[in-house]
Amino acid sequence: MTSADKIVTPAFDESTEELRHDFLKALRCMILSRTLEEKLSSLYRAGGRIVGGVYLGRGQEAFSAAAGIQLRWGKDIFGPLIRDQAGRIAYGEPVIDTMRTYLGVVTGPMRGRDGNIHRGQPKQGYMAMISHLGSLLSVVAGALFARRLHGTLGDTAGATSIGDGGTSTGAFHEGLNLAAVEKLPLVVSVANNQYAYSTPTHRQYACEDLVQRAVGYGVGGHSVDGTDLLACVRIFRTAFQQARAGAGPQMVVGRLLRLGGHGEHDDASYVPNLQKHTHEGRDCLLVAQNQALELAWATPQDLEKWHKEARTEVDQALALVTKEPVPDPYRENWRALSTSGLVEGQEP
Amino acid sequence: MSTITYLEAIREAQYEALRDNPDVFLYGQDIATFGGAFKATKNLGREFPGRVFDSPISEDAMIGMAIGAAVEGARPIVEMQFADFSSVGFNQIVNQAATLYWRTNTPCPITIRLPSGGTAGSGPFHSQSMESIYAHYPGLVILTPATVEDAYWMLLDSVKLDDPVIFCEHKFLYYHLKADGFGQGMPIGKARIARPGRDATVVTYSAMLHESLKAAEELRLDGYEVEVVDLRSVKPMDTDTILASVARTGRLLVVGESFPWGGATSEVVARVASEAFHLLDAPPMRLNSKDTPIPYHPNLWKAHRPTTASISAELRKLLRY
Repeated sequence: MTSADKIVTPAFDESTEELRHDFLKALRCMILSRTLEEKLSSLYRAGGRIVGGVYLGRGQEAFSAAAGIQLRWGKDIFGPLIRDQAGRIAYGEPVIDTMRTYLGVVTGPMRGRDGNIHRGQPKQGYMAMISHLGSLLSVVAGALFARRLHGTLGDTAGATSIGDGGTSTGAFHEGLNLAAVEKLPLVVSVANNQYAYSTPTHRQYACEDLVQRAVGYGVGGHSVDGTDLLACVRIFRTAFQQARAGAGPQMVVGRLLRLGGHGEHDDASYVPNLQKHTHEGRDCLLVAQNQALELAWATPQDLEKWHKEARTEVDQALALVTKEPVPDPYRENWRALSTSGLVEGQEP
Repeated sequence: MSTITYLEAIREAQYEALRDNPDVFLYGQDIATFGGAFKATKNLGREFPGRVFDSPISEDAMIGMAIGAAVEGARPIVEMQFADFSSVGFNQIVNQAATLYWRTNTPCPITIRLPSGGTAGSGPFHSQSMESIYAHYPGLVILTPATVEDAYWMLLDSVKLDDPVIFCEHKFLYYHLKADGFGQGMPIGKARIARPGRDATVVTYSAMLHESLKAAEELRLDGYEVEVVDLRSVKPMDTDTILASVARTGRLLVVGESFPWGGATSEVVARVASEAFHLLDAPPMRLNSKDTPIPYHPNLWKAHRPTTASISAELRKLLRY
């Protein structure tokens, strides 16, 4: 038992049926996420279609989806990060929005003005990340703060994600401290995937386990095997329940390995081969599928069907988006302010 | 008799914003019970319980929090204790707040108050003017009120705007500048002819308006009529009013308190040079602070920033050309 394990809050009493429901929902999101990301990867490698980079969540789907299924689209606040494709799907973002954003078409939520993982619909509570790590934490906290101010918080929860590298930023520290001071219903997922781009964790932090930091911030701390969907679902059910019940921010640290490079441009040659064969390096999707079969929560036929449905959904999205218009600089209004009368060089 | 100070105008505007709109809240260091380092929020915490909040010393998170709240329909006013400390929140201002509307079609109605500029003895880290830094970034409105009236009306307007506003209020004016009342407001984005003239134009803003007006008065004794334009808003910049003034006078001096490399004063000169070169009878001139950190001792500080004397000297050079 590590010192981190001692901080883990015991799981609350849950019915197996609820657990099964959440597990299978998360699993299907993982399958769809993996299928979508494989398509994005092949589009990137083929060249010509995708503008800019491709950043995948391979190996992190269980941890991301387990958090995402606890969130309600249009009700809860979500500020996902780079490797949260599975969590975004679980939250309720349609696959086509991912495809539209990667291909930069004007029909997507970012309209070609921003791309790939920097997508969101803030008015729906779905924040669009910027590249500066840790800076979304305070934004999600602010949205929760405003709801409390307006008396509309109810059982709203907020969630945001970070990696081991992102926990080193000042923004992460400031944001989590602020959320803790305000005792906001926020769940912070820390995917400790062993590498921040190429930098290993021993060059990133000196504490034994990142979950130890929870004590310092005065927030709940939870530690989980991020390759184990069943464990992830359990831990996030607990964390969200506690956050919604008024226990303040909850930090959930998942141990896992990023199964790929930082982006598809990166061959991750700095990851030692041996590490890929450790417990953290196992593929969470395969683990989850085996769990489903062992628990008799799904049959091989179910899994095959879900994969097939995912492929169909992804292919249909791509087929549709391919026909959609890309941005035209002559139709762009080039306005960075919503108050048209204050835009320099333009008539209101 | 002048009874309302520039600082009281800022407090009063916040009072009215809180009173008139339940979406408004104040967030900043030491602002609730204590009333702020300069007392710009004096008693507001008591008058509006649950609407005025002390923040941790976390400028990054303070701005980020305000952005998230604005997305949810709140209209936060964030007080930076000193403009200088906004550099810690710089990323949230220029990358999160300023890009939000462009990227996501979501307005970001936040007002960030920056107690700006130098006062004697404040030194390198409590004296800075940040307007030029922020004006460089798309997606922000940069206001630099120089009068009690503007401090009041422009702050009220800032809160109503659906865009992020960097409200640069000058600490030197807090207690010294007084007015009888708030008068009539002027629209944001419009410059004001603070003093009409025909021989030369001074374009300036914030505390340098008052030094420039005094310099213009000095030159009047020598028979020159110097026109002084108060930009009021650095961004958007009212180029039309500047060009119209240069068309009348043919000579331009731009005065700002911020550092001399680039910035708001350079922008004015660049616009006039490229759009009204034919109207100029002399090379356009700029006067800023010196290119060093802002000094602590008053002897050095007074020589570091533009003053009535140095502005007058530059004007004489301009008029002799």
